[in-house]
Amino acid sequence: MPLSGSEATVYAVLAPFAAAVIAPSLVRIFKHNAAWPLALVPAFVFMHFAGFVGAIAHGQTFTPSMDWAPTYGVTLSFYLDGLSTLFALLISGIGTFIILYSGGYLKGHPHHGRFFSFMFMFMGSMLGLVTADNLITLFVFWELTSITSFLLIGFDHLRMASRRAALQALVVTGGGGLALLAGFLLIMSLTGEANMSAVLAGDDILRQSPAYAAVLILVLGGAFTKSAQFPFHFWLANAMEAPTPVSAYLHSATMVKAGVYLLMRMQPVLGDTVLWTTILPLFGGATLIIGTLLAVRQTDLKLMLAYTTVASLGLLVMLTGTSLDKAIEGAALYLLAHSLFKGALFMVAGTVDHEAGTRDITKLGGLRGAMPITFAAACLAALSMAGLPPFIGFIAKEYLYEGIWNAPSGALVLTVTAVIGNALMLVIAAAVALRPFLGEKVDTPKHAHEGPILLYAGPVVLSVTGLVAALVAHTTGEYFVGPTVSSIIGNFEEIDLHLVPTHIGAPLYLSIATIALGILLYLRLDALRAMMTGALTAIGWGPDKGFDQAISAIVRFSTVVTRFVQAGKLQVYMVMTFIITALALLVPTYLAGAWPQNFAVPEFRFYEWGILIVAVAGLIAVLIAKTRLTAIVSLGIQGFAVAVIFMLFGAPDLSFTQFMVETLSVVILALVMTRLNLAPRDHRKPGHQLFDGAVAIAVGFGFATVLMRITELPFDPRLSVFFADYANAIAHGRNIVNVILVDFRGIDTLGEISVVMVTGLAVLALIRVRPKRRPPETGKDTGPAKTEQPKELEAAK
Amino acid sequence: MRTVIFRTIAPYLSALMVLFSVFVLLRGHNEPGGGFIGGLIAASAFAIYGIACGVAAVRRAIIFHPMSLSAFGLFIAGLSGLPSLFMRQPFMTSQWWYIHIFGVEIPLSTPLIFDVGVYFVVVGAISSIALALEERESD
Repeated sequence: MPLSGSEATVYAVLAPFAAAVIAPSLVRIFKHNAAWPLALVPAFVFMHFAGFVGAIAHGQTFTPSMDWAPTYGVTLSFYLDGLSTLFALLISGIGTFIILYSGGYLKGHPHHGRFFSFMFMFMGSMLGLVTADNLITLFVFWELTSITSFLLIGFDHLRMASRRAALQALVVTGGGGLALLAGFLLIMSLTGEANMSAVLAGDDILRQSPAYAAVLILVLGGAFTKSAQFPFHFWLANAMEAPTPVSAYLHSATMVKAGVYLLMRMQPVLGDTVLWTTILPLFGGATLIIGTLLAVRQTDLKLMLAYTTVASLGLLVMLTGTSLDKAIEGAALYLLAHSLFKGALFMVAGTVDHEAGTRDITKLGGLRGAMPITFAAACLAALSMAGLPPFIGFIAKEYLYEGIWNAPSGALVLTVTAVIGNALMLVIAAAVALRPFLGEKVDTPKHAHEGPILLYAGPVVLSVTGLVAALVAHTTGEYFVGPTVSSIIGNFEEIDLHLVPTHIGAPLYLSIATIALGILLYLRLDALRAMMTGALTAIGWGPDKGFDQAISAIVRFSTVVTRFVQAGKLQVYMVMTFIITALALLVPTYLAGAWPQNFAVPEFRFYEWGILIVAVAGLIAVLIAKTRLTAIVSLGIQGFAVAVIFMLFGAPDLSFTQFMVETLSVVILALVMTRLNLAPRDHRKPGHQLFDGAVAIAVGFGFATVLMRITELPFDPRLSVFFADYANAIAHGRNIVNVILVDFRGIDTLGEISVVMVTGLAVLALIRVRPKRRPPETGKDTGPAKTEQPKELEAAK
Repeated sequence: MRTVIFRTIAPYLSALMVLFSVFVLLRGHNEPGGGFIGGLIAASAFAIYGIACGVAAVRRAIIFHPMSLSAFGLFIAGLSGLPSLFMRQPFMTSQWWYIHIFGVEIPLSTPLIFDVGVYFVVVGAISSIALALEERESD
């Protein structure tokens, strides 16, 4: 039963975020021991979700919620059923031990607090992801896991490889996330529902919609990238650049399963179609085989585990893709088993690395005496991974074999794929658990000894849980696996799990075959590795390389585009701006044929004519001016004349401003001239001058025609009447212009003054970054002139 | 440019212009004027002072860095939108207070504060550009 009301779940999901905030301070006080109090947070979250298990096992679901942005129908709502609860328990349960483990693993690291913060942010995002009911909420958490994963992979940000891996993971999973968003929006428009629980209740709406294929492909785009399915598997291996706690938590036990979670979640409404049962097993199976083969090639413990994670995810996708009840039972069991044994094995690999100084299995050996507890945990976890009794991994394999052996179509292909995959998995499990510990003692970079309790607590508890879960198989089935399976297949289903197979049949024979094949291959591991390395060298190209090629192609393309658009010469920018302005004015006028109709000479008084003549005289002076300074001042004459015209025609505010702007622009232009040491004369060639002149005339002509045309149209006085009526009445001001600026349209002005300020800053920066006198004519030195800054500050004081 | 006459007159001229700019700013709500134009006038006052007596003199006179003035202006302009929130009205709804000092009613309002903010942003931004340009490397 929920601890207290529906809000408790909201707080449970948000609690890790709060922990993320306080973690750095705690680390400052308690150093690495801050892990102990911090681990309480996921522990409490675990207990909260454990409170639901009983009720959910009896077929209940919960939808606690809180309004978020009610205007847009976005609620912070959660959906708790078997699947999401199992995930929430795994995330918070494994999270508890990962936090402890991080305490020991990164002991003394200068950014330990930051690391905890990132971990907790991830934990919160992941909890949100699996429990979210609202599709948009789910998407937000989905992307948050990508972002936190980015931060964690790039945690060691001084290393190039880390940064590259982080960026790669973000590009791949973030890109997939966008596809998922499109998929969700499509689902929302097709079903008219924004909540997962309602979409799931919709039954056949999606499957029968003509857009089904589009929805499926978009959702798969999100799920396959997140869960590292072939051909997107490469990012996961590179993500091993992250510290080991991250690899154990994000990249094996939780985040990468988000894609699998999504597929399982959508199985009732998207599954069981030809497309589904073709695409998923195909990609899942391919990922399984490729993942295990790539794992065999590696000698780095973490990379071996990473590729088997890829393989396991492939297996899960393949099983989910069959849409068969029995296979899905296998998938649910395997999901649970994998999280436990893989989390434990990663932590073991990290401990070995931490204590012995290397994680290359060819450089490790004989550690059993030095690290007995770690060795024991490794063995327990590896036995589960290998699928041997009496571990949860064994039960999982029995069920999944039973599921696919009886598949109505393609049973043979699926079974062969699964047997080969599992056999190779056994090889890796044995290699990871035995190679570093058995055999002769090898000299390691560090003198190896058992790690502190912070390091071995996690592997021990997780691997023992894998054993206990199998020993109490009936309970595991009733409370954890059964409800999960019910969610995935969409009907309530009770599962009766047995550790000892109830009958001697195909699954058992397949298990025996797998184990036999696995042992055979393990004995020839080195030969197998050499063969794989040879094969991969022969191919020489992989998606990882392809990613680099794609990125560099994009960079090259954008360089070309930027070079074209931004030539780096102010003159070109100005000319382009004016040409486009002229086109924007003239082309629509031409297309609509909206030229001004009447060219009647207006009836001006003599002084109005006089001002007009002054303005024109100013312009002529600009044209014939010998030096640039004269031209600038002459332009000012024209500006003042225009200001006078404004005043004569009843716009005092405008005229006032125009006077000041003209004055200041003349002053500033003149200062720019002298400050930047521009040539006093214009050196343009006649052809160039002619072209610039034509552009200027086109712009002027464009403005004139548009303005004349506008004044010919009947005047719509609604706005002026409104402002005239209300300026004084509402805003207590008689100056309508000012009232509009500071009151009626104050937000606009706020934006404008922000622009003014930013422009000021930008101009200031531009003036400062001029190249120093030495070296004089390179023009490349755009670094800030550092010597000027202190003087500036002094002057400011 | 630094003739004796100009150097002598410039401080008085600038002071007058700054005073005038404040006058223009305050009358803006009812007569031609306002923060923007007031700011421009003050900025030209500083520019003139700078040309006549050197940039360092201007910087001393205005105490703060012009960009800080600008930032301060933007800050109070933004701030002036907040009081309405306490009245459960939308952001930037104008609020008016009538204060009596010696029997004279002085209307104060959030738009006035906003306009003062505009004034500072404009003064700061324009004069920081002008001063930076006037500043010679030798200065």
